[in-house]
Amino acid sequence: MPEIAAAAIIKSRRPHILARMFRALRLPMNDPFAVAGLLIYLVFIVVAVFADQIATHDPTEILYTPAYDLAADLRPGQDGFIMGTTSLGRDIFSQLVYGSRSALLIGITAAFMVALIGSIIGLVAGYFGRWVDAILMRLADIAFGIPFLPFVIVLAAFLRPSIWNVVIAMALVLWRDTARVIRSQVLTLRTRGYVEAARVAGSSDFKIILRHIAPNILPLSFLYGSIAIGWAILTEASISFLGFGDPDSISWGYMLQDAFASQALAKQAYYWFVPPGICIILVVSAGFFITRGYENILFPKLSR
Amino acid sequence: MSEPLLSVRDLRVSYQVGRNFVHAVDGASFDIPRGSITGLVGESGCGKTTVARALTRVIAENAAITGGQILFDGKDLAKIPEREMNALRWRDIAFIPQSAMNSLDPVYTVEYQLAEVLRRRGGMNRKQARARSEELFEMVGIDANRLNDYPHQFSGGMRQRVAIALALALDPKLIIADEPVTALDVIVQRQILDQLKELQTRLGVSVILVTHDISVVAYICDRTVVMYAGKVAESGTMQAALTAPSHPYTMGLRNAFPDLQGAASGILTPIEGAPPNLANPPTGCRFKPRCPFALDICGTEPPVVDVAPGHPVLCHRANESAALRIEAARTETWMAPA
Amino acid sequence: MDGPGMNMITKRPDILVSVFDAKLHYDVGGAFAAMRGKSTVVKAVDGVSFDIRRGESVGLLGESGCGKTSMGRLLLKLEEKTGGTIHFNGEEIGAVRGSGLKKFRSKAQLIFQNPFDAINPRFTIRQTLSEPLENADIPKREREDRIIAALELVKLPEPAQFLDRYPHQLSGGQLQRVVMARALILQPEFVVADEPVSMLDVSVRAGVLNVFRDVRDRLGLTAIYISHDLALVRYVCERTIVMYLGGIMEDGPTEDIVREPLHPYTKALVAAVPVPNPDQSHDPLPIGRGAPDPRNPPSGCVFRDRCPAAHARCAAEIPQPKPVGTRTVACHLY
Repeated sequence: MPEIAAAAIIKSRRPHILARMFRALRLPMNDPFAVAGLLIYLVFIVVAVFADQIATHDPTEILYTPAYDLAADLRPGQDGFIMGTTSLGRDIFSQLVYGSRSALLIGITAAFMVALIGSIIGLVAGYFGRWVDAILMRLADIAFGIPFLPFVIVLAAFLRPSIWNVVIAMALVLWRDTARVIRSQVLTLRTRGYVEAARVAGSSDFKIILRHIAPNILPLSFLYGSIAIGWAILTEASISFLGFGDPDSISWGYMLQDAFASQALAKQAYYWFVPPGICIILVVSAGFFITRGYENILFPKLSR
Repeated sequence: MSEPLLSVRDLRVSYQVGRNFVHAVDGASFDIPRGSITGLVGESGCGKTTVARALTRVIAENAAITGGQILFDGKDLAKIPEREMNALRWRDIAFIPQSAMNSLDPVYTVEYQLAEVLRRRGGMNRKQARARSEELFEMVGIDANRLNDYPHQFSGGMRQRVAIALALALDPKLIIADEPVTALDVIVQRQILDQLKELQTRLGVSVILVTHDISVVAYICDRTVVMYAGKVAESGTMQAALTAPSHPYTMGLRNAFPDLQGAASGILTPIEGAPPNLANPPTGCRFKPRCPFALDICGTEPPVVDVAPGHPVLCHRANESAALRIEAARTETWMAPA
Repeated sequence: MDGPGMNMITKRPDILVSVFDAKLHYDVGGAFAAMRGKSTVVKAVDGVSFDIRRGESVGLLGESGCGKTSMGRLLLKLEEKTGGTIHFNGEEIGAVRGSGLKKFRSKAQLIFQNPFDAINPRFTIRQTLSEPLENADIPKREREDRIIAALELVKLPEPAQFLDRYPHQLSGGQLQRVVMARALILQPEFVVADEPVSMLDVSVRAGVLNVFRDVRDRLGLTAIYISHDLALVRYVCERTIVMYLGGIMEDGPTEDIVREPLHPYTKALVAAVPVPNPDQSHDPLPIGRGAPDPRNPPSGCVFRDRCPAAHARCAAEIPQPKPVGTRTVACHLY
């Protein structure tokens, strides 16, 4: 490896802790798609956090027009309902707004669990190798054999229908991809000179994993986390659409199911099912855009 | 006597890295006589690999020849269109890249890879290609039976011989080898170098050997071109440049090589400092910060002085080289650079 | 279970490291190879014995595949030997664990080959040098001083400026000195240097080697210098062990070996080194072509298939190391 020409040796200060965190995450700022993705997330996060302020009504409340009729199937704009109402008299706009809350809650929690479990398993399997690796990877093989959507449905049948079913199911099954990839990354890192140097310097395995290996796999964990968010939201939408979702919480999937059941298409009530569909597409796409941004950072040669 | 086979005049090659331009080669000039082995010597970052690649125009996408001429057989290789250049590759000029032994395709037999060159570029039919392949293997010292083996079945040294055979396939006039023996053990290295020398004598092909190891150059080269920071510090016959170096950098390089035949107590003398950043090259002589003989005048661009016919030196004090050489042999000279 | 090594130690306290019949065999497996009857065991180190006195600098010389790197790693317990004994300071290192292992690590260190690989690119120099200190439970207030002292030891000018820098901001030569500083910061007794300058530019090597020699003398280190470059070994080590395919061919004072090599392999090695002298000889090397294959070494003497002096006895009998003058040679010719 050639010597680096150390011409202008820069005097550097220890970067601020926030700056170091950002560097660790290596947020993909160069890719316009990734930036768009981040912005979309930002918008939806704001909407979710301030749902109470933004929504005009309670999403589950059955509403009435000033003339004391049921406010059912109203077109957008009528009687102050921005996006119209459902066949049952609920405000679509408010449902959309609160729906973002469920979506993001599930998405982020599930992504976090998947990334966390997958990373830990990948780290342990990759670093310790031998029988630990063998057992954990056989577990992953089993997880790979489980068809995901049917599994969620079965789970919903055993547990109470709840939005957390998706999270639990993902935590139990979808860590498999992350674990595999993290493990191979760890296998590469393990051969690095500085890992051995740490051993020679007397560092314990735990210390080596924590200080030398984990920071280098964090970007990958985030990559797979981003993918997982999209999956979680899609899965929740699918489950709700199929009717296995939580009837007490309003989600976009629930809206789609509700619209379908109420024959919204026949009624040409596009204002009902198109917005939640678009929201799902936007959020899931945003997740994948960010993923692509990370890929460009982690594996720059791929873009050639 | 005769005209040189290849003549490089003031060659300039630059890379674009982000928004910066790195001037990897900044005005290199040298001649390659026919039937010689020339060593292109220098440390990392001096531009020798870039020069070697520029000669066959296989430089990176973000690099370009920004000036100068490469005169070969009446053509200027820096300027001819790609099609013409492509016709010359393998047939007139062959290039063995660094770690060529690792760039053999693992899923094809070596015979297939040789045949690819012979048939597609040489226009041979299958029988002719086979005959030539056997001939080539004999030339580089590999058993012809091994033509049907795959690259991973050969040792590193053998693979390097295969790479040499590939270069020789179409009987080129010039072979450019980039660090051909660096990755090899010393015994294999010696055997490959012997083979190269023998081939050169037998076939009369000219060779440019790019390396950082002046012992290798001393072993088989007739001529030396010493590069530093993108420029040619000095060039001349190998005897002249190594036994009686005229540029302070060559003098310093000499000191840094432990000599097995010399006294054991010899101190190795480093050259303190590091080469300059070629994205922002300094004005004046590039070796000035590390040179024990630097004077104020060295802040201006040094002239090229011929200390002997065919031995140009890029130094303000080239005419004093005999005296400086004596100074340079003393360790103390290098301990406190100017 | 300890073999002659143990007796040697108790009788000779000047021996720091004692190796007896050390073996490192890998099973590279492959069901297919096994089915074809081909050996799947790589004998990286196959029955190596030597002693190192305190303060000695010994070169482990050989080409790739000879086992020198593996031997170095065995000495530091970075690999577990599959046979034989290795004593460090009188204690067999195979059984060392826990706090004993920590103590061993503070006494026996490694200098790596590639400085850019051996240092975590995300750590500052200060963090890199703090790690061994933390492991040895050196109190925080003492650390900074010891780090500066270590950097001064390896002759990095104005050490304080380097503390907050990252590896990519240093040159190869500077970084290799940091690697050395890290190895020396706990003041070990024993250092294994694995080709420490092979990745550096030629004009920089001299500086790093000079620092190594200087430090070794100042701290009274016992050192093993692993290299394939005889000229470098000669510069640093007064004694050289020549290895080939997992075994020791010759062992003795470096000067004697260079001036008058005895073992046929050593003769070829010495003849093969190119010197920067245009008037050197171009005679063919006294050695067969071919390359050593650790998986299928020849029977008897491992060098016999390339040896110009091989005879019948060489295939039948493994030559035992015999003293010849100042050296030990493993060859039937002696």
